[in-house]
Formats: sequence, structure tokens, C-alpha cells
Amino acid sequence: MRIACPHCGPRGLDEFLYTQDASVTRPKDGGAAPTPEWTDYVYLRENARGPRREYWYHSAGCHAWLVLTRDVSTHEILSVELP
Amino acid sequence: MCITLIASQEFFAPMRYSAFSVITQALRGHTGWKPAWRKAEPAPHYDVVIIGGGGGGLATAYYLARHHNVGRIAVLEKGWLGNGSIGRNTTIIRSNYGLPGNIPFYELSMKLWEGLEQDINYNAMVSQRGIFNIYHNDAQRDSYARRGNAMRLHGMEAELLDRAQLRKEFAYLDYENARFPIQGALVQRRAGTARHDAVAWGYARAADKLGVDIIENCEVTGIDIENGIVKGVQTTRGAITAGKVGIAVAGASSLVGAMAGLRLPIESHALQAFVSEGLKPLLDNVITFGAGHFYISQSDKGGLVFGGDIDGYNSYAARGNLPTVEDVCEGGIALMPMIGRARLLRSWGGIMDMTMDGSPIIDKTPVGNLFFNGGWCYGGFKATPASGFCFAHLLAREEPHPVAAAYRLDRFAEGKLIDEKGAGAQPNLH
Repeated sequence: MRIACPHCGPRGLDEFLYTQDASVTRPKDGGAAPTPEWTDYVYLRENARGPRREYWYHSAGCHAWLVLTRDVSTHEILSVELP
Repeated sequence: MCITLIASQEFFAPMRYSAFSVITQALRGHTGWKPAWRKAEPAPHYDVVIIGGGGGGLATAYYLARHHNVGRIAVLEKGWLGNGSIGRNTTIIRSNYGLPGNIPFYELSMKLWEGLEQDINYNAMVSQRGIFNIYHNDAQRDSYARRGNAMRLHGMEAELLDRAQLRKEFAYLDYENARFPIQGALVQRRAGTARHDAVAWGYARAADKLGVDIIENCEVTGIDIENGIVKGVQTTRGAITAGKVGIAVAGASSLVGAMAGLRLPIESHALQAFVSEGLKPLLDNVITFGAGHFYISQSDKGGLVFGGDIDGYNSYAARGNLPTVEDVCEGGIALMPMIGRARLLRSWGGIMDMTMDGSPIIDKTPVGNLFFNGGWCYGGFKATPASGFCFAHLLAREEPHPVAAAYRLDRFAEGKLIDEKGAGAQPNLH
């Protein structure tokens, strides 16, 4: 896998750090009590085959956060965007 | 006359493997061996359908048929037996865990391993060669001491070796490594390895003998649910109705779970494993590197079998990428420089069910009569016997086996996580 960083161009995978799923949205603060929305956001995932949006960090490069759309069945990177 | 009598097929039916049967077959030119299990055709109905013919599914079917009276049982496998993680792991068995929810479960598994071959009449090459978890600094020593003490409090043996004691066992480790000097190791001598394929084949054969239908090339494409209760499954070989359905498809749990509307605390990740060219006997035990993530043993064929971290990003492709290969090999060479000249013969990848706390799930689901076994992260092989034993108990009695009672599906919502590594809800870090 090589990732085309919008700032640095195509770079090897070892310059990047995968962080997390970009398809989940942080719910509004609901106070101290646990809510189903928070459980869903923190723990539950769709985990489907095919294209997936995810956050990557260019840790050994320009330090940009990137949003990749990547096919998890083939590792093909469909798009790289700035968040 | 005598030879004729003992060589007759009737004398053996059903065939039991023994030194006697090997000698008799040798005299007959090995013409009398039978397939280890039948090629079963799907029946229209079963009392229990288990989705997934891997280690977990086959062990579940065996223990269900052996210990519980549940009627007709089928195991549905998408491909052929042993093509998933049961046939592509690094074969380590151990029970050196540190948390109360885990220790009794993995210890039950270890005890089942110790009696497995006699129980299922199959040579699974269980070898209790011992596992040495090496530590490199004071904090790690304290952490390993705590883990060892937790094991001893649960009635298991564990030893903490210092550097001098470890040197007596392994002269060849890189003790004076400038960055990661070796200080000692936590040892579980009952741990070891087992022949992974033989575990699948042995359970399949033993389950088949007890009447379980093992149906290969039968992919489940849908789960039929009426009024919140499971009624059966749709497969590539037709519809099958079922009293109860158990899912045991780690690696693809979310995909099969979605057929029943389940949204699970699981992500699928790729893990790579490696085998070197065959070498003369070199490594008697299982050794793990504490300063990185690297574990190694030597197979009976002579290949060094080793692995490390998962690749770190979600994947359903059963292959990994080169940075992880490099990282694993660096760990190995930092630990034992002598393997630097060995050539890598092959590497492969498998798909792991990584949960949000690094521990598995064996539980009922919100759908009636639908049960779930999965989330084995990259530690499922050692758990195979207990995973099947406890899932069979759950399927038959509809209540968890006492040693697996913590592996609940709702522990995430309840905050009762079993996070052995303390990494938090980041599946790629467990």
C-alpha cells in the first residue's frame, strides 16, 4: 500500500499511522450516564467489506490528518482527502 | 488365519487409530484406511446448526454431541475444513493470562489440550515444550511477576526466571543488546504447540463419528428470523431449518452477524505469520520477545514458525504488507541474532476478529435461539477446545459455562471490559 499524501505525494505505508474509523460521529455530551449512542460510537462497528472511510496520520511526514476511502477487501485506496 | 481375521474391515468398524491399526494397515499395504469424515449432504432440518467449520465450530459440534443430548447437529462450512484461521496460525497453546475473566477459561482449554488426543483418538501433536515470555526492564519484570502470581493464585504453575537462570536454558539470546537487554522471563512449562490442521481434522473426525453432519462448500447467505426468533439459514446448497443456530466464524463475524441484524464490537484485521526454511533442531521451546511483539517456535519439520503484530488497519484481504514483515523480522533478530541467516520460506495472512477489549465473546444474541462465538482476536487457536466446550454448554443449556461467564456481548455497554493489554477501545492495538 502506498498513500498519496496531498502535501507530500505518494509515500510508503510505514510513514503513516492508521488511527480509526471515520464513519462514526461523536454524539453530543449526554451527561454522566451512559447512553446507547455513546456505546454505539465507542464500541460498535459496521465492519463491512468494500470501501471504508478511515483516519490516517502522516506521522513520519507532514503530520497531516488524512481521510482515506479504502477498499478493505483489496487494500485499494480510492481517495485521499484532508478532513 | 489370525492375520486374515484382524485385517478384515468389519473388525475395525468404526476404525479406531492405534499402533495396532497402523501395523495391520501396513501389512495390508495401507489399502484399508477410510476417509476421516463423511461428505455429508445437507438435510432439510437440524436441531442445531453451527455456522463455521473452523476450530471453534468443529470443537463445538464435537462437545455438543459428546456431552449434551441435543438431537441432530450440522456444521456448515463455506469452503473446506481447515482453510481459515485454524489452518494458518502459529500453533501456540498456553494459558498465561492475567485477568480473572480470562484465567479459568484458558486454563480449562489447557487441561482439554492435555487430554485431547486420547479424547478424540487423533494425533494432534500436542507438545508441552514450555513458553518463555522474555522481559527487558524492571517495569516489565514487575508486570510479569504480577501475571505469574495471578496464575499461581488460580492454582497454575508459573516461574519467574532472572537473567542467570535464563542463560542456563538459552545461551544464544542477545542478552547484552544495547537497546533491549534481556533481564529474565516468565515461564509456563505446560504451554507449548499443537499441530493446527490435525486439530481441525481430529475434531471433525470425532464429531462425525458421533453423527454430526459436516457439510463443506456450503456458504450461509442469510439467516431466517420470524418474530425475533431464528428459524433457519439460507445457504448455497438450499434452505435449512434449525431449532438453534450458533455462529462460529471468527474473521467474518460482522458479515454473518449482519445477516441477523447484529452490530458487533468487532473489526476485522490482517495478521501475518512466517516460516523459515527447514533447519536442524535449534529451538526447543516457544519464546516471545518483550520489547517488541515477536513469538517463535520450531516445527517438527524444522521450520522456524514466527509472527508478531497485526498489520494495524482493517482488512478482509487475507494478506498483509511489507512494513509489518520488516517489523517482525527486526524483533526476531534483536532477540536471537543467529536467525538472521535463515531464509524466509513463506508467509501468509489471515483475518482476525479484533474486539474492542481484546477478549472474545461467547453469548446469546438479542435474536432468540441465535448464539454467538467470536472475537478471538489473534489468540483463538489456544482457546479452540474451551471455546467449543463452553459454546456447546451455552447452546445446549442456554446459560453460560461458569468459566466463560465474563465473555458477554453486553459487557461493552455495561463497562465490564476484559482488557488484558489495557489498550482501550482500539481494536488495532490489542
